[in-house]
Amino acid sequence: MAYDKFNILKSTAVPLPIENVDTDQIIPARFLKATERKGFGDNLFRDWRYHPDNTPKEHFVLNNPVYSGKILVGGKNFGSGSSREHAAWAIYDYGFRAVVSSFFADIFRNNCLNIGVLPVQVSPEFLQKIFQAIEEDPETTFEISLPDQTITILSTRAQETFDINDYKKENMLNGFDDIDYLLNMEDEIRRFTNELPI
Amino acid sequence: MSSRKTLFDKVWDSHVVRSIENGPDVLFIDRHLVHEVTSPVAFLGLKKRGIKVLHPERTFATADHNTPTINQHLPVQDPLSANQLKALEENAAEHNIPYWGLGHEKNGIVHVIGPEAGITVPGATIVCGDSHTSTHGAFGAIAFGIGTSEVEMVLSTQCIMQPKPKRMRINIHGQLNRAVTPKDVALFIISRLTTSGATGYFVEYAGDVFRTMSMEGRMTVCNLSIEMGARGGIIAPDEKTFAYIKDREYTPKGTDWEQAMSYWATLKTDKDAIFDKEVTFNGSDIEPMITYGTNPGMGIGISNDIPHAETVQGGVSTYKKSLEYMDFKEGDAMLGKKIDFVFLGSCTNGRIEDFRAFAEIVKGRKKAPHVTAWLVPGSHRVEEAIRQEGILEILTEAGFELREPGCSACLAMNDDKIPAGKYAVSTSNRNFEGRQGPGARTLLASPLVAAAAAVTGKVTDPRELMALETV
Repeated sequence: MAYDKFNILKSTAVPLPIENVDTDQIIPARFLKATERKGFGDNLFRDWRYHPDNTPKEHFVLNNPVYSGKILVGGKNFGSGSSREHAAWAIYDYGFRAVVSSFFADIFRNNCLNIGVLPVQVSPEFLQKIFQAIEEDPETTFEISLPDQTITILSTRAQETFDINDYKKENMLNGFDDIDYLLNMEDEIRRFTNELPI
Repeated sequence: MSSRKTLFDKVWDSHVVRSIENGPDVLFIDRHLVHEVTSPVAFLGLKKRGIKVLHPERTFATADHNTPTINQHLPVQDPLSANQLKALEENAAEHNIPYWGLGHEKNGIVHVIGPEAGITVPGATIVCGDSHTSTHGAFGAIAFGIGTSEVEMVLSTQCIMQPKPKRMRINIHGQLNRAVTPKDVALFIISRLTTSGATGYFVEYAGDVFRTMSMEGRMTVCNLSIEMGARGGIIAPDEKTFAYIKDREYTPKGTDWEQAMSYWATLKTDKDAIFDKEVTFNGSDIEPMITYGTNPGMGIGISNDIPHAETVQGGVSTYKKSLEYMDFKEGDAMLGKKIDFVFLGSCTNGRIEDFRAFAEIVKGRKKAPHVTAWLVPGSHRVEEAIRQEGILEILTEAGFELREPGCSACLAMNDDKIPAGKYAVSTSNRNFEGRQGPGARTLLASPLVAAAAAVTGKVTDPRELMALETV
């Protein structure tokens, strides 16, 4: 089942310069009770974003109108903890299409790739440059090119490349998903299953 | 080529259906565990594609994350939770998947009941939409948590697409000190490696400490592998493993057992096999552990003081934010800190051995009056063993009550929420902000430390209480 294609994304970015942002922060467990994938963006970073009485916490970045965009920039070890794909859904549903960090937790990275959100891993130094650029000018625009595997700070032309395997890159460029790929392997999987030792 | 393989390589390689160049491996999955929270959208995906579960006989469903731990015989009050449970029941029925729902004798936390039923066997690939699936690695299986898109992949094709992780070995030699449990061993490792120290790796645990550890203990250690970022953890199967799984419902019987045993005997790392990373610790350096911050890597020996920001890895501002949330100060002693709640349970420490340990400390003592304690067995079988072994009497005598099985306050999806600002000594696996309820403050520790806190009402070294008994 196809999802959004990803090619070149030009956007401002929302900075979250905190390390070890775990998926319980991205979407707390009490919001995982749905049986359909919708509405998760409303609860993105729920407890950092709202007081217990549901009024917005004005100092949290998502409540600050100065910052907006389709790119979320987080500190090291972003997305650690629970495997809940709801975290990636919440990020997507809120409107982000790419997450930038100097290090991602494994399961979160996979979950993002599986729904068409691009995880962009940069060096710690480049991450600092990004945070600095946004701090100096929240209107700073970034360009993420999937074909070239580059991220560029357009105001300074500072650029870095990022890794993604060829298979996933192709999937994201075309909006393909893994299940379609696997369903096409039906016979091969059946043969493999028949030859299992136990 | 066939020699010099790690245990992990042997199991992984034997399950690769196709290897995509500069891409992931297509990995065959032997056993798929399903629960109510991360599966409904995956089943919906199958419906949209008009396909059925390919191997219902390799799929097992239980309800655990979102279930009450009292009055399970009554209808679930929260309509959203009830709806999610109903969805799983209907999906299981539609696809002919065994479903062990609320009230079923085999119901319990997915990672407790898998091994109990013999679903977990050496050499298998096991996945579940839950990061603590790493638990099953205790049996020499490759087991890891997956997202819902991947749950859908496994339901529809029994395969998953993942790049092969790197290999790490963690050796702990020597003997553990008194009152040092498998939980302390795991918290010690995570405190040394940090919560991202094993990201990208699959970890094999080796050395005397794990060899002499019980299966329950090995499950606790493997369970916490994800907390240092690892894809999973694995321990080579041995006589203890085989004794544990023999004659369980889903393990092979008769000649199939013999055949399986001869295969399982090969499941160990070859002598000269190379790991991408290897770390070694000494078991005698570990003391009972406790966490003071908001990730599982922020742990110290219980008699130590909270470190100063300058001495820890990671960003100073993140560290200070964490201590602020906990309302702790750099340099504070952990011993003596007043606590409000104790939680014994979860897929980390909800097995019979954990209840035995807890009972050992509380026996002949009384729960501190201001402490609220939630004791939640990992399954009905654990609950049954608690009764049969006379542990329930000890707990009752000491002023504790036993709840019904489920994930409970570990992630607080149900009503078992620690109130904002309160301190909980918890045997679970995560001390993230709000993990046990919005504003809750969690101190992760072993069942012994939890028991010591429950009877004294403050963070207490369990060795003090144990010493009194042995004098």
